[in-house]
Amino acid sequence: MSDVAMDAPYRPAALDRAEQGLLGKPIDRYEGPLKVSGAAPYAFEQAPEGTAYLAIVTAAIGRGRVTGIDAAAAEAMPGVLKVIHGDPRMPAGEGNSRAMPTMGGDEIFHYGQGIALVVAETQEVAREAARRVTVHYDEQPGRFDAAEVEVQQDHKLGFLPPVNRGDLDAALAQAEVVLDRTFTTPIHFPAALEPHATLAWWEGEQLTVRSSNQVIGGAKGTIATALGIDKDRVRVLAPYVGGGFGGKTGVGQEAVFAAIAAERVGRPVKVALTRRQTAYMVHHRSPTTQRLRIGCDRDGRIGAMGHESVAYQNDDSAFLEPVPFGTLPLYAGEARRFRTDLARIDLPATGAVRAPGEAIGTFAVECAMDELAEQLGLDPIELRRRNEPTRDPTSGKRFTTRRLLDCYDEGARRFGWDKRESTPGSRREGEWLIGMGMAAALRGNFTVNAEAEVILGADGRATVKTDMTDIGTGTYTILAQTVGEMLGLPISAIDVVIGDTDLPPSAGSGGSFGAGSACAAAALACEDILTELALRMNAAADDLRLKDGAVTAGGRTSPLADLVRDRPITARGKTSPGKESQATSQASHGAQFAEVAVSAITGEVRVRRMLGVFDIGRVLNEKTARNQIVGGMVWGLAYALTEDAVVDPRNGRFVNPDFGEYHVAVSADVPRIEAHFIEEIDDSANPAGAKGVGELGIAGSGAAVVNAIHNATGVRIYDMPVTLDKLLSSLPPV
Amino acid sequence: MRFTINGSKREADPDIRASLLDVLREEFALTGTKKGCDHGQCGACTVLVNGRRINACLTLAVMHQDDDILTIEGLGSSDTLHPMQQAFVRHDGYQCGYCTPGQICSAVGMLDEVAKGWPSHVTDDLSAPVLNDAEISERMSGNLCRCSAYPTIVDAIREVHEA
Ligand code: FES
Ligand code: FES
Repeated sequence: MSDVAMDAPYRPAALDRAEQGLLGKPIDRYEGPLKVSGAAPYAFEQAPEGTAYLAIVTAAIGRGRVTGIDAAAAEAMPGVLKVIHGDPRMPAGEGNSRAMPTMGGDEIFHYGQGIALVVAETQEVAREAARRVTVHYDEQPGRFDAAEVEVQQDHKLGFLPPVNRGDLDAALAQAEVVLDRTFTTPIHFPAALEPHATLAWWEGEQLTVRSSNQVIGGAKGTIATALGIDKDRVRVLAPYVGGGFGGKTGVGQEAVFAAIAAERVGRPVKVALTRRQTAYMVHHRSPTTQRLRIGCDRDGRIGAMGHESVAYQNDDSAFLEPVPFGTLPLYAGEARRFRTDLARIDLPATGAVRAPGEAIGTFAVECAMDELAEQLGLDPIELRRRNEPTRDPTSGKRFTTRRLLDCYDEGARRFGWDKRESTPGSRREGEWLIGMGMAAALRGNFTVNAEAEVILGADGRATVKTDMTDIGTGTYTILAQTVGEMLGLPISAIDVVIGDTDLPPSAGSGGSFGAGSACAAAALACEDILTELALRMNAAADDLRLKDGAVTAGGRTSPLADLVRDRPITARGKTSPGKESQATSQASHGAQFAEVAVSAITGEVRVRRMLGVFDIGRVLNEKTARNQIVGGMVWGLAYALTEDAVVDPRNGRFVNPDFGEYHVAVSADVPRIEAHFIEEIDDSANPAGAKGVGELGIAGSGAAVVNAIHNATGVRIYDMPVTLDKLLSSLPPV
Repeated sequence: MRFTINGSKREADPDIRASLLDVLREEFALTGTKKGCDHGQCGACTVLVNGRRINACLTLAVMHQDDDILTIEGLGSSDTLHPMQQAFVRHDGYQCGYCTPGQICSAVGMLDEVAKGWPSHVTDDLSAPVLNDAEISERMSGNLCRCSAYPTIVDAIREVHEA
């Protein structure tokens, strides 16, 4: 096994030789034909014969206990196989490898929590029977109003401990210019288009679960823990996942419910959450209150930076939104305080949603920087340039690759930033006020453990295997490209097998670490294959030249298939963090630009164009990387303008738990969007040299939109999203 | 009940509560048509019924006696892709792929509406709609893509329209 811990920068030589010319190229998705023809099977589909349907009965109160369940009417319905409740293995919420929910209790932590299961022959019967289950409650008063709940400073939640460097208050008192602003951000649903769904079946002691899940290696352990069985008895499959965005990183109630139900009825069982159930049974991004304080001199040099926030969680969950995560390495300044306080609330769990921390933290800091630049009479890019640190200003660690200044420059040039009017409200086209805004984008990069196996078969074809998932991220394609580049094979000679926990363990899709780590592991496995091929060629591994299925060394050329013959080569690669990961500060970066038009009459905001330039290390596939970045930029747009899950403070229900009222972006909201890359391979990130892509796009894009709205209108809104009602009263006279 | 599904005569005896979507997926195993919301809010279930695009989750199967239903599977299979399917692959008009069959069926139906001269909310000359990008976006806004591959979806549709 080729096992590379990132104790020092590392790059496989064959990736540099790039003889096949495959990696990075904008090739079409490997699995594309299956997706566009509807043949790609998602969790709920292509179930075995005889699969029964599961419907979940959910809590109709916001806090309290279940005192009794009357299932007689449901059980009497023809087609109902079983009504299940009170099973001690039933989780009260989502679990993951770090924290499990309450198991088997009668406690209700939030409205919409799953409490009983109905298994039936058909979906229609299951659904109707679920409605006929009568639940008795002991209802207790709940904490549903975010404005009313108590804030705890002293808590142990979350992975980001408070940072206190220097004396922030004293530095602010001495600063020549101080900006002190408080931002609020809304509840944000991940809202993957495929609802959470699971198909489960038992073969004797062995459980197989096909689930819509981002991190199946973790899910395997979590499901085993929930069921109280050995991990080896659980196999999780996720060949296709219809979007995740963080919402499918853990194991939702429905996955464990399906396993329990399948065991209890002795048949395969499948379940898909209804759209409204996804609002309650899937975690969302916490709303936040964020106080930004920045102190600087008259030239804009920052000496003090405070980013102090409040985020929310219910009593049964352990995650806390790491709000200032992206602020830590962003700007210089000696005195620093970063902290996120906790408020307990009786609502569905909060959790990791696309770029936890950065998506909303850089949002606030980038709006604050825009305002500070205006106060100082500086161009927003110039203010950022003056505060570009040379080392991580919080940890003191050295940066690996950081092309933020280049992103600003190239972005400004491509966008036409020099045409921006620095006086807000001064550009007008009829009814429309036009403005431009920009923001920095940053998302921390994580180095993680991942393994992959590559087999070079007798036919000269290669197969790559790992338990990674492809949630729309391009995993199938970039794995094929990596192996093709390493072994000199065209994409048509490579098979990719993923989405099965029987395969070598990867890190899964989360935290934007999936692509870099999985491709690194695959490349390392290929290095072992090259070593073996060199032996068979009687040459040094470095002298091998591989292209289009043939190997050349020492003047001899041989088809790969001839070298393999009856001795297929199987190799494993493993990548893991190491001393270099510890010693450095790593992130993906970018500069986001937006142009908006705001109706002076109605306050309607139309985003006219967006442009971003990004530093993501090695680009593994230009087409899929760009698509993902653009998708993130659209998320920022919608986050800034429309996405807002509203809680009814009387009962802890969502007012808008579906797509009818929770407004994700639609095609008509989305303008022309350009995304460009400044590619500098990051050899410290992982052996593939790729930093995270999937989450970076949302960082800063919403801030660029909001800053553009200010530039258009002269109005600053601190309460997201910027809806017409908030803008209207402050707009300049028509 | 009798339907024509993707050109073949099919029979079923659906539960009167069953949506056309659930019958297609669960009874006929045509799972290319997706369920994103079951409430007519996302377009993932778009199929063509007698040539018109509809949300299959919003209509009961029992309402479709003798109807001609075309799903993504009938448009083209993975080795004989319809031009719209090919364009989605070429332009990367998707990511996770879950909205994709609905987008493609919707796009095919939409181009037919334009060919028939049906205007939309953003049409300037109501008597002669011209399919620019704003028209494509407007007419495709009933199909959500949470991955937000909208720009490349528009690219794919424009290309098919211009071909
Ligand atoms: S599933 Fe029919 S519109 Fe969403
Ligand atoms: S491709 Fe994922 S929802 Fe459209």
